[in-house]
Amino acid sequence: MTAAWAIALLILSPLAAAALTFAFPRRGRWLALAAALMTGIAIVQLTRRVLADGVLVHRVGGWSAPLGIDLRADGLSVLMLLITALIGLAVSLYAQRYFAAHEPERPHETGSNGRESAPSLGEKSQSRLTSAATKPASKEAKALHREHYFWPLFLFLWTALNALFLSADIFNLYVTLELLGFAAVTLVALAGKRAALTAALRYLFVSLSASLFYLLGVGLVYGQCATVDLPLLAAKAQPGPALWVALALMTGGLIAKAALFPMHFWLPPAHANAPAPVSALLSALVVKGSFYILLRLWFEAFGPLLTPTVAQLFGVLGAAAILWGSVNSLFQKRLKLLIAYSTVAQLGYLFLLFPLAASMDGGFTAWSGGLIFLGAHACAKTAMFLTAGNILHAAGHDRIKDLDGITHLLPVSVFAFGLAGMSLIGLPPSSGFAGKWLLLNAALAQGQWWWVAVILLGSLLAAAYVARVLAHAFTQVNEPQIPNSIPPVMEWTALALALLAVVLGFASQWLAELLRVGAPVAGAMLRGGPTP
Amino acid sequence: MNVQDLLLPGILLSSFVTGLVIFFLKEEHHRLRTWLNLLGAGVKLILVAALLWGIYQGQTYSFAIEFLPGIPFALGADANSVLFVTLSSVLWFCTTLYAVGYLEDSPHRSRFFGFFSLCVTATTGIALSANLVTFLTFYELLTVTTYPLIVHRGTPEALRGGKIYLTYTLVGGAILLLAVVWLHSLAGPVVFKERGILQSLAASHRGELQIIFLLFMLGLGVKAAIVPLHGWLPKAMVAPAPVSSLLHAVAVVKAGAFGIVRIVYDVYGVENAAALGVLQPLAIAAGVTIVYGSVRALFQDELKKRLAYSTVSQVSYIVLGAAILGPLATIGGLVHLVNQGIMKITLFFCAGDYAETLGTHRVSEMNGVGRRMPWTTAAFTVAALGMIGVPPLAGYISKWYLQKGSIQTGDEWVALVLGASSLLNAAYFLPILYRAWFKAPPEQWPAEHRFGTWETHWMLLLPPLVTAALVIWAGVFAESSFSPLAWVKLIAAREYAP
Repeated sequence: MTAAWAIALLILSPLAAAALTFAFPRRGRWLALAAALMTGIAIVQLTRRVLADGVLVHRVGGWSAPLGIDLRADGLSVLMLLITALIGLAVSLYAQRYFAAHEPERPHETGSNGRESAPSLGEKSQSRLTSAATKPASKEAKALHREHYFWPLFLFLWTALNALFLSADIFNLYVTLELLGFAAVTLVALAGKRAALTAALRYLFVSLSASLFYLLGVGLVYGQCATVDLPLLAAKAQPGPALWVALALMTGGLIAKAALFPMHFWLPPAHANAPAPVSALLSALVVKGSFYILLRLWFEAFGPLLTPTVAQLFGVLGAAAILWGSVNSLFQKRLKLLIAYSTVAQLGYLFLLFPLAASMDGGFTAWSGGLIFLGAHACAKTAMFLTAGNILHAAGHDRIKDLDGITHLLPVSVFAFGLAGMSLIGLPPSSGFAGKWLLLNAALAQGQWWWVAVILLGSLLAAAYVARVLAHAFTQVNEPQIPNSIPPVMEWTALALALLAVVLGFASQWLAELLRVGAPVAGAMLRGGPTP
Repeated sequence: MNVQDLLLPGILLSSFVTGLVIFFLKEEHHRLRTWLNLLGAGVKLILVAALLWGIYQGQTYSFAIEFLPGIPFALGADANSVLFVTLSSVLWFCTTLYAVGYLEDSPHRSRFFGFFSLCVTATTGIALSANLVTFLTFYELLTVTTYPLIVHRGTPEALRGGKIYLTYTLVGGAILLLAVVWLHSLAGPVVFKERGILQSLAASHRGELQIIFLLFMLGLGVKAAIVPLHGWLPKAMVAPAPVSSLLHAVAVVKAGAFGIVRIVYDVYGVENAAALGVLQPLAIAAGVTIVYGSVRALFQDELKKRLAYSTVSQVSYIVLGAAILGPLATIGGLVHLVNQGIMKITLFFCAGDYAETLGTHRVSEMNGVGRRMPWTTAAFTVAALGMIGVPPLAGYISKWYLQKGSIQTGDEWVALVLGASSLLNAAYFLPILYRAWFKAPPEQWPAEHRFGTWETHWMLLLPPLVTAALVIWAGVFAESSFSPLAWVKLIAAREYAP
């Protein structure tokens, strides 16, 4: 398979599958698996080609930039595509059974601020009355109905992500970002509950206005430089007030979409109220799409504009996210909200990449550290949200304080949660550790010790909120409740991803080599030791 | 790669795979689980014996796979590793047997033995690590795998103990991580090597190396229970008896002490560390811990608590040995790594036996236990006398070398500390022995169980007898060529080679 085919297949196979799900709505499950298989083959081929031949550029229709559209694959793109393929496959497997499996008896809705809205007494008894006779049949139908919408939206989301990671110009990035946003918002609304709809609406507003900001910025850049192609911009961009304004607009929009503190407010309700596979996709992939564009802008197209002040500012926001997200996570009453706030915190680490990778000394160390961390978080967070979905299904609730019984009965899921937690905390040998190790290395080499303190403190807080959940795995229960049964594939998918989050630590050398291909940051990997 | 290179990973996998398989066993598969446990422990013992034999034949072993960029995940078998790995595999075998007997008919045994095996994997990994990052990996793994063992009973008290344990060890782990990263940024990949690797940096980075050493001692000192970082240890006593035995003799506390030994001898180099002036504060901290632990032990009525504070005190003998320059102190400290292990595990086995058979948990309830359970009490007596330092038992050897070592370097205060500690040891152990042997037993024991022919279940009785025999052997045959002392002398000779 040539590289051009691999690139085409990455975008076309989920797209074709999405289109086919409209024609054959009952075949969604199989179409998704087929798409996962095809993208899997394509990404493996592409990875091999990129490792062998370096950066690949595919000119769509044979027209080169600035006239035509370039699709480009370097180490960073390939890493993001690999992660997407992996999470996509896992979600395809998990969702095979998720919607058909029994729905929670009494969904515990959350207000949009994450506070529990207690259902009134009348409402409660009414639902109890109706549930006996009429509900099961209609509930099942509803679940299947939801599933019919899930597959095409999921496949569109996948298409948008793959296209985003392959795009080489800032307008194309806008188009894919917009597609991604719409698919994501609709998927959140899929849960159908009031809280989910509120969260989805809020997410929609943020996403739309953020896109507008970004588009405005793109327009200004085009006016200044007469091109939107990333490599050409790097050659043409002259720092000036107009460019600064453009960059500020784009960055503002992307920060809101990437849920960086203080623009994270929309994330916890949206991620916590979506169906479990959707929460996983949002936390693992969607927010990272915007982060990816930020990297492309600041390190590639407008590298000279990333002054130390700007870089430190990103770092400060990231550090605030780490602390704010972790502390909030520590006080959540619901498992899914805890995981969502953990996402806010973990996204903060990604932004530490800006102050650390911008420096010549150890820049590449921080670059690969940050991106390995991104992969680690994607695997671990997906595993956690899928686990949370299992617990929600089995117990009918996800109140942390009442988890005593259920954790005995879902040992595989709880074990998966523990392994994923290891990676989030950054315990060796997990990939989360490898990422943090490289970031710490760079921070110490550059004498930026304040980030060292933030990283270590964040790890301890992560340990605290993970342990808070896991302590329930060991409590004694007098009368264990009988859980709703969970299809094994839902448990094992979560465990496989959690294992991967741990084992990937051993692949960090390989990942660093991959990231080296076309890396926009200079400098060798830090070896430590006295300079010869 | 030939078969020989797979020996080291094999030693780890023997318990790792056992642990994973056990997780999947159903609760009622009692017999299968027991056999698996013993098989894993037995295979590990055989592999370690093969390792010893190979090294005796002049073979060297190493194993490495890619891990972090530029830093492999590396196993090796130097003299220090062999000392610790032999200790842990022998004592693990005993503890496995004991735990099988102890936990009969209690719930969640698959979970328990699964984590139990993983815990030992982490401990042997610590012993066999050839570089600092690999050490850190297993050190953190040990934290994670012991937590489920400590909270095993699931009572609110157990969970509280577990929480305190996690808080202490994870904060310690973070400090250790900082030290490791910092040292790597100064010195590059840190490989364990006799006489250390930092000599070339000592002049140019004196201040930084001193701070990093302090961070190392804070991080490792949590597990080694150096005062004031020892707070978790008495709280972790809520764990079942086999866990306490393992924690105190081989796993957690020993991992901390072994880490300190590694840092002092094989990273900094003991002479280099002395030149940096970091050993004196460490010696003082160890001395304070020795006296403090003994004094606190004196006032505990609960037997396991008394033993816990005794551990706080005794483990710092190892640290003290590392903190005093000179081959004799080194020998004393390192040999105590083994001696404290076999003595303390015997004491904990016996304490568990008393609790299981008679229901006695307190020293004040131990009147006349020697008449009811003579074999157990004999083992207890041997170990307790060893702790006090009565010749010719194991503890005497450690104390004698430490004493000589401190006099050799002119640290007379150390000799005083050791003397005071021995007196205190006697003060908190002898009354127990007196009660056990010479006081009349009560009419009725708090909760007595009968286990057939023997005074207690044979699986509970055999392990302490074996380890008590080891205590005698390590003392009486100390000068033979097959003793911990002989091996430790070899290590000391290498650390101080001209």
